[in-house]
Parts: sequence; C-alpha cells; structure tokens
Amino acid sequence: MVFSENFRIAFRALWANKMRSLLTTLGIIIGVAAVIAVVSIVQGLQFQITSQLQGVGATFIAVNPRLDNRGGGIFVGKQVKLTWEDGQALQNQVPGIAMITPLILGGNQVKYRDRQHSTTVFGVNNDWPEVANHTVERGRFLSRIDLEQRRKVAVIGAKIIEELRLGEDPMGTEIYIGNIPVTVVGVMEERGQSLGFDNDDLVFIPVDTSLMLFGRRAADKTLLRLQAESPKVVEQVKEGITQVLRTRHKLEEDEPDDFQVILQDEFLDTVSSILGSVTAVVGAVVGVALLVGGIGIMNIMLVSVTERTREIGIRKSVGARRQDILIQFLIEAISLSLVGGGIGLALGYGIGVIVAGVLPGDWPPAHVPLWAVAVSFGFSTLVGVFFGIYPAGKAAALDPIDALRYE
Amino acid sequence: MALIQLDNVSKIYEMGGEEIRALDGLDLAVERGEYVAIMGASGSGKSTLMNVVGCLDRPSLGSYHLNETAVEGLNDDELAEIRNREIGFVFQTFNLLARTTALHNVELPLVYSGANRRERRERAMEALRRVGLEDRVSHDPSELSGGQRQRVAVARALVNRPSILLADEPTGNLDSSTSEEIMALFDELHSGGNTVILVTHEPDIAAHAAREVTLRDGKVLEDRPTREVA
Repeated sequence: MVFSENFRIAFRALWANKMRSLLTTLGIIIGVAAVIAVVSIVQGLQFQITSQLQGVGATFIAVNPRLDNRGGGIFVGKQVKLTWEDGQALQNQVPGIAMITPLILGGNQVKYRDRQHSTTVFGVNNDWPEVANHTVERGRFLSRIDLEQRRKVAVIGAKIIEELRLGEDPMGTEIYIGNIPVTVVGVMEERGQSLGFDNDDLVFIPVDTSLMLFGRRAADKTLLRLQAESPKVVEQVKEGITQVLRTRHKLEEDEPDDFQVILQDEFLDTVSSILGSVTAVVGAVVGVALLVGGIGIMNIMLVSVTERTREIGIRKSVGARRQDILIQFLIEAISLSLVGGGIGLALGYGIGVIVAGVLPGDWPPAHVPLWAVAVSFGFSTLVGVFFGIYPAGKAAALDPIDALRYE
Repeated sequence: MALIQLDNVSKIYEMGGEEIRALDGLDLAVERGEYVAIMGASGSGKSTLMNVVGCLDRPSLGSYHLNETAVEGLNDDELAEIRNREIGFVFQTFNLLARTTALHNVELPLVYSGANRRERRERAMEALRRVGLEDRVSHDPSELSGGQRQRVAVARALVNRPSILLADEPTGNLDSSTSEEIMALFDELHSGGNTVILVTHEPDIAAHAAREVTLRDGKVLEDRPTREVA
C-alpha cells in the first residue's frame, strides 16, 4: 500500500474532526511553542553576547580584584588591592602581554551649560581602544602626553553629544565631569546597547585625571584589561599574571588569590552555562508538556479506533493486512503530532519575535536555530509514534468479522 | 478439484463454557462459473459458512481449498491477500466507507493490492460503469439511494476481478423493486462468467441461482438445482 495514500487518509480523518484534532494537539502545540519561544530568545541573546565578546578577541584578558576575599578574614591589615603599579609590573615581568590598560569606573554627572546627564566615566590609558577593540570615530583618543601631563581631556560616546546637545562638532568644547572641567578631544564609534548597558553613554578620561574625580583610594581598586600577543599564549599569560600578582601581594602558599584573571573563553563559558541551564529547565517543562500532549493523542486515537471499528472491518474484508491498518493509524497519530509541532513552531517563533520586540532596550532579535526546528519536529514524530503505536496496534489486531459486525 | 472445496469442515465456538458447532462436518464443492444460493434458518450456520468461504475466518476442523490453495493453514496476512485477490464481498448493510466518494470506495481493494493511482482510477471507473453508476462516481454514500449504494458495493466487489462474488443477504435492506434490480445485476454478472454465491433466507431471491444449498445445524440438509436451472 502506498505511503502517500496513508497520509491522505490520515488528513481526511483529521479534517473530518477539525475541532477535536486541534484540541488534541494543544499539548504538543504548547510544548513546542514554549521551547521555540525560549530557545529563540535565549539564542538571540547568546548570539549577541558571543559576537560582542568575540569583538574584543580571544586574546582579551581581564584582571579584577576579588571582592569576596574569603582568606582575608581575620587579617584585617591585608586588604584586597589591585593597582596600576601591579599592572605595570605585569607588563614588565610577564612575557606575552601585548598591551595593558588600567580601568577605573564610576558613575558621574556630566554638565554642559544648563544641561546635565548622568553617565559612566572610564579612567583608562591610551591603549584602551586596542585592548577593548573600541575605536574613535572622530577626533582622537587619549594620548600618551595627555596621560603623562594628566590633562583634563575627554573622549565621549555619541549619547553624551545627544544628551548635552553639544552640536555637530563637539571637539574643543569644554564640559564638566563633576566639578572638573574637561575638553572634548574625540568621539567614540557607536556600538549600541547590550545587556542593558548603553555602550555609547560613556566618557573616557586619563586614569590619573579620573583619580581627581573618584579620589586617591579608587586607585587601590583598579581593574586591569589587557591583550595577549596571540591566542596561543593566553593560558601562559594567565599563569604569569597569577604568579607575579601573588608575589607582589605577598600571598602565602595556602592563601587564595585576592584577584581574578578572566579569559575570554571563561566569559563565554559562564554566559553559555547560564543560558544552557535556562534552556535545560525549559526543556524539562517542555518534556512534561509533550508527555501530556502525547497522552492526549493516545486517548483520541483510541476513541478514533473505536469509532472506526467498522471502517477497519471493511478495509480488512477487502484485503487490508495487519500492517496496512497499523501504518494507517500510526501515520494518523504522527500527522496529528506533526501538525501540532508545526503550529507550535510558528506560534513559538511569533511569541519570540513579539517578546523580543516588546522588551525594553536593545534586546536582540529572536533567532530560531535549525536544530531547534529539527528537534521540535523530531520530538513531535517521536511522541506520535510512541503514543500512536498502542491504539494503532489495537486497530490492526481487530478481528475482521467482529469489526464488520460492530455497530 | 473444484474452485471451492470444503471437506468435513467444522467451526467450533466456545460460548459460556459450552461448545457450539456452527459448522459440523460440512462438505461442499462449488465449480467455477456456478450460481449458488445458500439457504437456511438463522442459526443454521449460513453466516459462518460465508465467513469461512470468504476467508474472513478459518475452519476449526477439516480442510478448505480455494482455487487449489489450502486456506486452513494460512496466517492472517495471507488470508487478507486471498480476500483481496479472490473474493468480492457484498454485504447486507453495504459496508461502504462514509464520507468517501463512490469512486474511492470502489478503489479500496486496489489500494491494498498495490495498484498505482491511474490504474486504480481506470479500473474503478470501469467497475462503476458496469453497475450503471458512471454518473455517480463523486457522490458520497449518504447522497446515494440504497440500491445505488449496493451497486457501489458490487462494483467494489468486482474491481479486483475476484474468483468468487460472495453476497450475504444483498437485498436484505432493499425494497422489492430495488431487490429485483440488484438481482438482475447478479444474474448478468453470472452470465458474464462470474462465480456467484448468495446467502439468503428468501426463496424468491434464491430462485435466481442455479443451485440451492440448504443448511441446518451446520450441515448440508439439501443440495439441489433450482427450477430455473438452464
């Protein structure tokens, strides 16, 4: 018996009970829609984070002071410190570091005439654009001389121009950061938002200038950002940094690090593992939904087999074999399940698009990877087969005489 | 050997711990091209005989050869194939698929014999033409009269060119004039060379046949030519 014939029979039977078929597949629809909606949002997010992190390259390394230094406990005198002196020591003593910049961060008011705006101030050195792969669009970045002379100059993001209405050519304009007047010498390229942070709403000033703003003590909590010479030496550089800093911080052998060295891969791994566990939880929920949906399909198929006992008898009397009936009902169950999967896929993608559009900020667009589509349909088929085999087997095993006599 | 050769066939059912012999050592032979009516009161074993001859059921004891094939040893799927190739059933209650056009109903046996779509369509059209329904091919059974439905059933029985047409009370649900039409159709099919076996309890229907076999208690009580025998 031809396979396509079975599909036609199946769809005719399902179409004859449109409402019932739709309600039956609701479990599958909801399950698949949920997985697709979540996957599309999570994948969009991951796609964006990954591409952003990859923007700074595989050789990017971050060194931060460890904030919860458990080892510190009773040694009150031993405070967690990370300074630009540490950074310079790393540059001199650890081979494989291409460039390094300190980073002192703080929120501050910027003012121009009567306008003011709250922004993030980055105290960095002249290597920042290359370390962070974030370049100047107009004017110039901070120079070595700016740093050495602690000049009061700033490079600003596009959002600052907009907020303070600095006009077409902000170069040379004097604005205030807190109480410190600085001269704008450059504008950074636009990067848009990510994860709730506006990459264009920021101001760069020389690191020593930033200490005037944040106070001397801020220098003890300097973040270090660096680029290794090549991806191959990244691990080695991490080792080197750890050794040099442990020595400089006079840590005993049994004391834990009072700093963190974070590699690009580890950023990615962390992000992936968080998003992965979100996906796993959703997967479990969906598994339950599919199970419930499958039981619904089995139930309705059993009803269908009973209702169509006579049809089965007629088919058998004109020569349908056991397997012909089995396949007919199995395909009907699979079709039911697949239709549910298809509707669920469309619905889930729709939800993903709407949610991504409604969420505030620059949320990444929904993105449904091919594997999610394949998994949805694969699971739907599996559910159809698994929960269809019993009713179909029951149909196939009917005795033709009894089936023909059935009223 | 005859087309249908039943030797000492018994069919035994268990019912509430009691043994019921629906067929009890029955012998019957039907040659190709015969027109046989099987008569008998209800409970005489007509239906059981019809099921055995139609390969819907296997005898409990004895042997049944259809077209020189021993049926009693076949499994369910082999029986299904025999039904498909050798037997054309016509039932009292028509047994057409609801919400399915006449054409599709007639095509059904061909679906299971693996004919392709074009062949199915051509042969089903031809069968419907033979029963005079070529202008009703796309009607559902619910849109057809009883007589027309039975014609569709006859067309379905014919479509795979079986060895035997097996009709179980084919006029039981029809009024007398429609019954005559259907019987005329069977007569015509018989004179066209088909082997026809009718199960009926109405003597005037049985009178269309050339041979009348009467059953009682699962045995052949009487086996004689009808008066109209040619």
